[in-house]
Amino acid sequence: MAKVKIYVTLKDSVLDPQGKTLQAALVKMGYKNVESVRVGKYIEVETKGASKDTKKEMNEICDKLLANPNIEKYNFTIE
Amino acid sequence: MIKFGVVTFPGSNCDRDCLWAVRDVMGEKAELVWHESKDIKKYDVIILPGGFSYGDYLRSGAIARFSKVMDAVQTFAAKKNKMVIGICNGFQILLEAGLLPGAMLHNKTQKFICKYVNLSVTNNDTAFTSECFKGQTLRIPIAHGEGNYFCDDKTLNSLIENDQVVFRYCDEQGKINEKTNPNGALYDIAGIINKKGNVMGMMPHPERAMKSELGSTDGNFIFKSMINHVKKCL
Repeated sequence: MAKVKIYVTLKDSVLDPQGKTLQAALVKMGYKNVESVRVGKYIEVETKGASKDTKKEMNEICDKLLANPNIEKYNFTIE
Repeated sequence: MIKFGVVTFPGSNCDRDCLWAVRDVMGEKAELVWHESKDIKKYDVIILPGGFSYGDYLRSGAIARFSKVMDAVQTFAAKKNKMVIGICNGFQILLEAGLLPGAMLHNKTQKFICKYVNLSVTNNDTAFTSECFKGQTLRIPIAHGEGNYFCDDKTLNSLIENDQVVFRYCDEQGKINEKTNPNGALYDIAGIINKKGNVMGMMPHPERAMKSELGSTDGNFIFKSMINHVKKCL
C-alpha cells in the first residue's frame, strides 16, 4: 500500500485573491511580518499496492484531474 | 426539424430553464440528455447548462468533464454543423474539457455574485450572436462564484487575434472598464468561442433573460441566432 501526499498550488503567474485576503487579515491581526500568503490544496491518495509505476500513475492523475495545468502546478511524495 | 439537447449532470440545476427557453419561448424541440448518454447525434445543438455539477468539488466542471456524455460531446463538437453552448457551469465544463481554452478562477471578490450585468457583443459574426449588432449591449444576469476567466498571454493574444472573444462585461453604454468587471475576469471576458466557431461558453445566463416580466429579453438574441444558424445549415 502506498500513501501519496499531493500538493496542488496556483502557478506563480496566477493572482491569488484568497491568499491576498488572508495576508491582509494576518497583518491586521498583528502579524506584520507576513509578506505573502498563497492558498493551495492538499490531497491524499492511497493505492492498493506500490510499484515503480505509482509515480507515473500519480503524475497522470494529477495531469488529468487533480490539477488544472492552465492555472495549477503540483508536487507529491510517495510513502 | 431542429433539436436541442440539454445535458443534465448530477448537480445541474439550470437544465429545465434552458429547456423552457428553447421549447416554450422559442418554440423549438428540446429534450434533456442524461450525463451517461453516449448517442447525441440526433441533436443539432447541445446545451451544457448552469448549476453545480458534482458539487463544484475540486474545481467547477473538473469532474463533469469526465462524464460519459462528454466523450460524445467531443465528437459532436468536431462537426462544424453542430453547435455547443456552455452556460455558466457549462462554460466551466467546456474549459476543463479543453473544448475552449483557459480556466476559471474564484471571483476576485471571493464572493458569489448574483446580479444583472451588461455585455458588449464584441463579435457579432458568430453563430451565437448573428442577431446582434457589433457593440450591442445585452442585459443578462450572472450568478457565479468562479467566473474569473484566466489564460496565459499567448492564449489571450490568440483569442483576440482570432476574434474568439464574444462577450465582455461593460456598462449600460457599452463602455468597458474595471468598474464594470464583476469578477476580475481577464480582458473582461464573459464569453468566448472556439476557433471553428461552433462552441461557445458564456458565464451569464441567457435562459434567464427571455421574458420582460422576468427582467430582460436579451437572451432571445442568443437563442434566435443559434436557431437561425442551424436552420441555415440544414
